[in-house]
Amino acid sequence: MKKNTLNAEKRRKTILSVVLAIICVIYVLPVAAVVINSFKLNTFVKTDTFALPTGEMWAGVQNFVKGMTFGNYPFYKSVLYSVVITLLSTFLILLCTSMAGWYIARVNSAFCKLIYFLCVFSMVVPFQMVMFTLSKTADKLHLNTPWTIPVVYLGFGAGLAIFMFVGFVKSIPHEIEEAAAIDGCGPLRTFFCVVVPMLKPTMISVGILEIMWVWNDYLLPVLVLDINEYRTIPIHIQYLKGSYGTVDLGATMALILLSIIPVIIFYLTCQKHIIKGVAAGAVKG
Amino acid sequence: MKKTTPAYSTQDDFGKKKPLQLAFFKNPIRRWFPLFLGPVVIAFVIGFVWPFLQGIWLSLCKFKLISDAQFIGFGNYAKALADPAFRHAFWYTALFAVVSLVIINVLAFTVAYLLTQGIKGSNLYRTVFFMPNLIGGIVLGYIWSMIFDGILSHFGTSILLETKFGFWGLIILMCWQQIGYMMIIYIAGLQNVPGDMLEAAKIDGATKMQTLFKVTIPNVMPSITICMFLSLTNGFKLFDQNLALTGGQPFLIQAGGTTIKTTEMLALNIYNTFYGTNSASQGVAQAKAVIFFILVAGLGLAQLAYTRKREVQQ
Repeated sequence: MKKNTLNAEKRRKTILSVVLAIICVIYVLPVAAVVINSFKLNTFVKTDTFALPTGEMWAGVQNFVKGMTFGNYPFYKSVLYSVVITLLSTFLILLCTSMAGWYIARVNSAFCKLIYFLCVFSMVVPFQMVMFTLSKTADKLHLNTPWTIPVVYLGFGAGLAIFMFVGFVKSIPHEIEEAAAIDGCGPLRTFFCVVVPMLKPTMISVGILEIMWVWNDYLLPVLVLDINEYRTIPIHIQYLKGSYGTVDLGATMALILLSIIPVIIFYLTCQKHIIKGVAAGAVKG
Repeated sequence: MKKTTPAYSTQDDFGKKKPLQLAFFKNPIRRWFPLFLGPVVIAFVIGFVWPFLQGIWLSLCKFKLISDAQFIGFGNYAKALADPAFRHAFWYTALFAVVSLVIINVLAFTVAYLLTQGIKGSNLYRTVFFMPNLIGGIVLGYIWSMIFDGILSHFGTSILLETKFGFWGLIILMCWQQIGYMMIIYIAGLQNVPGDMLEAAKIDGATKMQTLFKVTIPNVMPSITICMFLSLTNGFKLFDQNLALTGGQPFLIQAGGTTIKTTEMLALNIYNTFYGTNSASQGVAQAKAVIFFILVAGLGLAQLAYTRKREVQQ
């Protein structure tokens, strides 16, 4: 009797596992479709979307070569700007908001409380509310290049980061910092040598949230940057589709494939941190 | 007697400890204010506070450039609320948000429930389900527009030709992207359900279904609330995917000459009012943006109030 129920349980789990495996395959299909079509001649992408690129449909690396200079803007430049903007912004956000978060959590003045309140408030404000005035302000202050746009990202993205840092700093005992102070550390040294190592888990979570946000962001850079000179990957892909009547779908898919490969590699290498970071950002206290 | 503490506390060493702690946390660190808080405050004013205040002011003005703004009161709001395209976008967005909320949460909860049953390969499945979350909205939109057109072209139509295709297409896209995300939150909630409770239910002879509805679901209510609000606000704020998948097409030209973009959601409608061909409507666009902000912030505050109330009850 007991053996029977055990067997039934085992069988049930196997069936579930198979069902989930099938769903998984379906889940990967869209990405597989991108891979297939990036090697297919343009004329066949629309008619034979799900066929393998065999025989006359095979385009080889032609789509990739074409995609590189497609739309009068070299693709490598977009990649470069995307990388620069993402890395600079994330670095700037991590550095500045961790310092500010520590200061706010430890010095509990009225001004700190005001800043903290504004940060929490900014998290519920949608970007459309400020997009017009923000892009004009950024233009006026010459923040419209890839090297200065991180300031805009710091400003608009500070809310969540400060919220997470303040929450974490409040949970660590301040005796450790006091000990450092008694041993003769100034505030700066206390922060960088004592507090930053303790902040590491939050740093990783915030860093991953910011990387994912900035790398995939379309609207903020398209409004702030000078589009003719600087394009990030999402802008590049949008303009390929937007500016031409008939689009070379094969070449577009090749570029899409090139742009998601780094994301997938990044995901597979730091999967654990990414899932943790995203969950931390979602729960928001 | 062992009451030595008062005598001990009068000693110099101990007496100095408190002033030292105060000195560190009240005085010297405050002098470092420009370094620690300065950059964030400056950037925050540039990137949020000033644009926000200016946005509210401009919504009450008539302007083409910011420098020629003229105060006109609530005229922009009246125009925004009377705009049929904006009203259509509102109802379309609300419908989309509610439908996607139900489908995404039911599917995400089911997947999370199955993945916490101790099936072999759960980690691999979790990895796969979460993956689409990292792909940006614009790229997602183009991947799916290719797929939908690949299917629909066999029937001689396209996703850009019918409103219902655009609607359900966007739902499928959002499910693909968001299920993994919500699943992670649900898994965290399910793992926190006390094991002894489940065991007690089993000993008392509850069936799997009874255990699920009477024990598991009440215990993951906090996760369910978070996910419902998240998918609702995500649905309302959706922009990139909407722009890339259909861009508002198909268009419907009404008798009065106004065009309604039938699959255009609120955020895209605001964007088009700002940067569309009719550049005289920027005040109206800013008014729409303020209305949009009040809607989204209202949802956020409702979530806060609701979760607070639950915390008190527990």
